[in-house]
Amino acid sequence: MQALNGLQLGVLLFLIAAGLTLVFGVMDLINLAHGVQYMLGAYLAVLGLQWTGSFGLALLIAAAGSFGVGLALNQAVFRHLFGHDHLQQVLATYGLILLFEEGARGLFGPAPLSLPLPEALAGTVMLPGGLRYPLYRLLLLAGGLGLAALLWAVIERTRAGMLVRAGASNAPMLDALGVDVGRLFGVVVAVGAMLAGFAGAVAAPLIAVEPGMGGSVLILAFVVIVVGGTGSVYGAFVAALLVGLTDALGRTLITDGLRLLLTPSAARMAGPALASMAIYLLMAIVLAFRPRGLLPASGRP
Amino acid sequence: MRRGDWVTALVAAGLAVFLLAVPLVTSGYGLSVATRAAALAIGAVSLQFMLGFGGLVSFGHAASIGIGAYAVLASGSGDAVWTLPLAMATAALFAFATGLVALRAEGVTFLMITLAFGQMAFFVAGSLSVFGGDDGMALEGRTPVAGTALLEGRAAFHYAVVASLVLCGLVLRALAVSPYGRALRAARANRLRAASLGYDVTRIRLAAYTVGGAGGGLAGFWLANTSEFVSPAILDWRGSGHLLVMVILGSLGPLGRSIDGRLVGAAAGAVGLILLEEGLAGLTPRWPLLLGPILVVAALAAVRR
Repeated sequence: MQALNGLQLGVLLFLIAAGLTLVFGVMDLINLAHGVQYMLGAYLAVLGLQWTGSFGLALLIAAAGSFGVGLALNQAVFRHLFGHDHLQQVLATYGLILLFEEGARGLFGPAPLSLPLPEALAGTVMLPGGLRYPLYRLLLLAGGLGLAALLWAVIERTRAGMLVRAGASNAPMLDALGVDVGRLFGVVVAVGAMLAGFAGAVAAPLIAVEPGMGGSVLILAFVVIVVGGTGSVYGAFVAALLVGLTDALGRTLITDGLRLLLTPSAARMAGPALASMAIYLLMAIVLAFRPRGLLPASGRP
Repeated sequence: MRRGDWVTALVAAGLAVFLLAVPLVTSGYGLSVATRAAALAIGAVSLQFMLGFGGLVSFGHAASIGIGAYAVLASGSGDAVWTLPLAMATAALFAFATGLVALRAEGVTFLMITLAFGQMAFFVAGSLSVFGGDDGMALEGRTPVAGTALLEGRAAFHYAVVASLVLCGLVLRALAVSPYGRALRAARANRLRAASLGYDVTRIRLAAYTVGGAGGGLAGFWLANTSEFVSPAILDWRGSGHLLVMVILGSLGPLGRSIDGRLVGAAAGAVGLILLEEGLAGLTPRWPLLLGPILVVAALAAVRR
């Protein structure tokens, strides 16, 4: 049960981290506003459901809207920051966070909203082990894995994917070969934004939709990228599942484990503290042995 | 004097006049804002030491500040004679321990790791039920100094923070121009060359990161005493971003070109940003809607040149 929850969190994290790791790896751009895309996706889904009444259409609206916002932000801000000092990128994207979080607070109010699930998806299913598990979470897990496979196919099997891989290994050379790198980067940013927005939309029925929801997800995505290796989509996939599992299992196993060693009250106190540290400990351990991450992007020094 | 030096001197003078004059003008809300700005300036100056001289873009500086603040809380408002060094030492120890891991990476990855460690500290603080968990806890009162209630008066407290800021800046300046500081700046300019000259770059950077952490602890000591309240919110990652923005704003233009300019600029960036926020908040409660675009435009203007 916890393992499934962990995998499902991992799949969500992968959708967010995949775009971010490409933006870091290919463009060397620090995009702190990526968490904002996740938040926007969730709000767009809530709006979409209100307008259309259809859950599926709401998800589509969220994905398309996030893609558009990604393109617009790239035109207005990001494309001016490529190849410049990281500090200016931090400044600009921090400004975007302020703008969008306050904007969401102004438009939708500070109180958390929720996205109701359609009847058809709200039930539970019986798993082979005799375990009842929510149907929607299972669909989320399957859908996320499917999207990951699709992403793999695009990157490995299409011309666009080839260009992205080439950009990741040597962008100036690609530019010299006559490819419009600026346009390529724009598409990568927008697709990354779309994936993050979609993740926000599909996560919305499971969590509270609020303006600050992007922040914690951004940091988890950073941990995933560091563990997986900057710029590596496969690394991000492995690391996302690992981080998701560590987080979900850490919460139960650590508290139970401490109960064997300590008094119940001491375990109840130390357990949550250690559990919330678990993924950062994972990161520290990985970095101690593999400073460049588990599966670093190849072709870069 | 070069043009940059004039700008630095002018900004430093303006900052000094402002910080020294505020208690003469008001003892109300304006003074508490100025005091908080001066305390945050200590955090910004210590972040500038790692960032401007060591090239270490830390996104976890709020953790050092928070740990300093929690040290004050944990000591039950004990005497500043020992709680101030305690706050600095705890924060330095945290920076040292996390620096050991974080300094295995560089650039963007370093930034992400420091952010993750900062967030780890945030969650740990939130789970400390002895200190009120997520809600935080009020101090028993302002920290006494050598048994006297020296810090109780609002003006006296403000001047103590300002004096602390000046002292911190002078110590960091002395470090930056020392042979150690030269090695640190050399490693920032070119890691390989510094390493082939025989410098242990990681050790030099770890020292800078630890010194920066101690400075953060000092800022935390004053911030905890300013609000007489400590909660995990002080460790939130937005606080780290806030400090980075102060430092970056303070390094734009001619200020970023000299050691003095960078340190003065960081302090001015902190005070300036807090005043800007207060000013915008006076216009509208939705002030981040105005501040966000201002920061974006500032960044785009800086890369245009």
